[in-house]
Amino acid sequence: MPTPLVVSDVAKSFTMHLRDGIKLPVVAGVSFSLRAGECTVLGGPSGAGKSSILKMLYGNYAVDEGQIIVQHEDGLIDLATASPRKVLAVRRLTIGYVSQFLRTVPRVSALDVVAEPLVERGEDREVARGKARALLAQLNLPEKLWALPPATFSGGEQQRVNIARGFITEHPILLLDEPTASLDARNRDVVIALIAAKKAAGVALLGIFHDHDVREAVADRIIDVSAFAAGKIAA
Amino acid sequence: MSDEPLLRVSALSKFYGSRVGCENITFDLWPGEVLAVVGESGSGKTTLLNCLSTRLLPSSGTASYRMRDGQFRELYRMSEAERRFLMRTDWGFVHQNPADGLRMTVSAGANVGERLMAVGDRHYGKIRATAVDWLSRVEIDEDRIDDEPRAFSGGMRQRLQIARNLVTGPRLVFMDEPTGGLDVSVQARLLDLLRGLVTDLGLAAIVVTHDLAVARLLSQRMMVMKDGHVVESGLTDRVLDDPRAPYTQLLVSSILQV
Repeated sequence: MPTPLVVSDVAKSFTMHLRDGIKLPVVAGVSFSLRAGECTVLGGPSGAGKSSILKMLYGNYAVDEGQIIVQHEDGLIDLATASPRKVLAVRRLTIGYVSQFLRTVPRVSALDVVAEPLVERGEDREVARGKARALLAQLNLPEKLWALPPATFSGGEQQRVNIARGFITEHPILLLDEPTASLDARNRDVVIALIAAKKAAGVALLGIFHDHDVREAVADRIIDVSAFAAGKIAA
Repeated sequence: MSDEPLLRVSALSKFYGSRVGCENITFDLWPGEVLAVVGESGSGKTTLLNCLSTRLLPSSGTASYRMRDGQFRELYRMSEAERRFLMRTDWGFVHQNPADGLRMTVSAGANVGERLMAVGDRHYGKIRATAVDWLSRVEIDEDRIDDEPRAFSGGMRQRLQIARNLVTGPRLVFMDEPTGGLDVSVQARLLDLLRGLVTDLGLAAIVVTHDLAVARLLSQRMMVMKDGHVVESGLTDRVLDDPRAPYTQLLVSSILQV
């Protein structure tokens, strides 16, 4: 089975210069790989570094040590050392990300927020909007909201806009940071179906799900992040 | 996306006597890329912007620009006339104070049309039609075309200045605190407008700002300056979400939450 992403010996800590330079270790010795057509789940208690791992894979957090090798276009790229421009290209074409919270932009409609990643990949704007409509309908977002900027939406509504934005493209790798946290049961089931469709399409998914039922429904394997606790690694 | 940068800056320094304006600045800018330069007053960000836009000559270092014919030209070796031509056609410069970038005593339409005439347009009807089109793109009503910018609000003036700069289809735009001095609601509208224009036109831009929210919204890449030096640079969201340099951590932690 193809492994489009391989993480090896990644370590991350935060140095708080405003707090006398104290160093907060987050994770160390993180090694795993993702397989196409599988959903891998990061498990472990809060604060174990699950979100930090996702953010490093997306280039949003810097990596102190180790490699994150991703198959991008026809070659391999180490995201831990890639230039900003390369990271942006990887985000545009290879790695998609559904964050926990939607970062809204004033005056941009929910429909265009969802369509944007497709437009960035060169899709025609109207075609992209058509796909956005279909996804928002599938996620039961009331149609009267589509033309409005999501800044004033409820948490669950924003989350669904965010999910649609993340699922609209055909990125071969998709990272999910608690996509179902503020959803009701009906919409959780929609997300489970969306994830199943991505798996069937050969996408490699990596997610954090605190909801037990969702995790049971989607996970092919679970990686316990507490095994990567910084400081424990020497053993 | 092109595989060659639009602008290559290498070891650029500017000294005012023995005082450092900016020192040893090196970066590449690609077409369609927006770079934010952030830092507090006196950090050297405006000096850098003025050197890059050749309004100031640096003390040392080089900057080369890829002309429309694909050839790189060393900016500080061009003649004054060549630089002015570049400034009028292929570049734009959006000043913090619109009065510095507009002619306050000619009409809004003429402010936009003037740049077109500078690139050789002579047909009055066409110039006016283009001006009307650009005013509407920056959300200024057509019936204000004959008014002087003196009669415009601050936000309108800034939008007019942007139209004046973009009408010639520049490939690179310099912006010095483009939203500084505007009300917050006016800022949001301007930012949204700028963001849309930059994306639609595939502009490259260098935006100097002390406002990290502006940097986050407009730019993909960011350089943080302090005392004339770049203390941290990288993807905008990386620098803001995982700041590494002590000064960047101070800046990020100083943002007021609303």
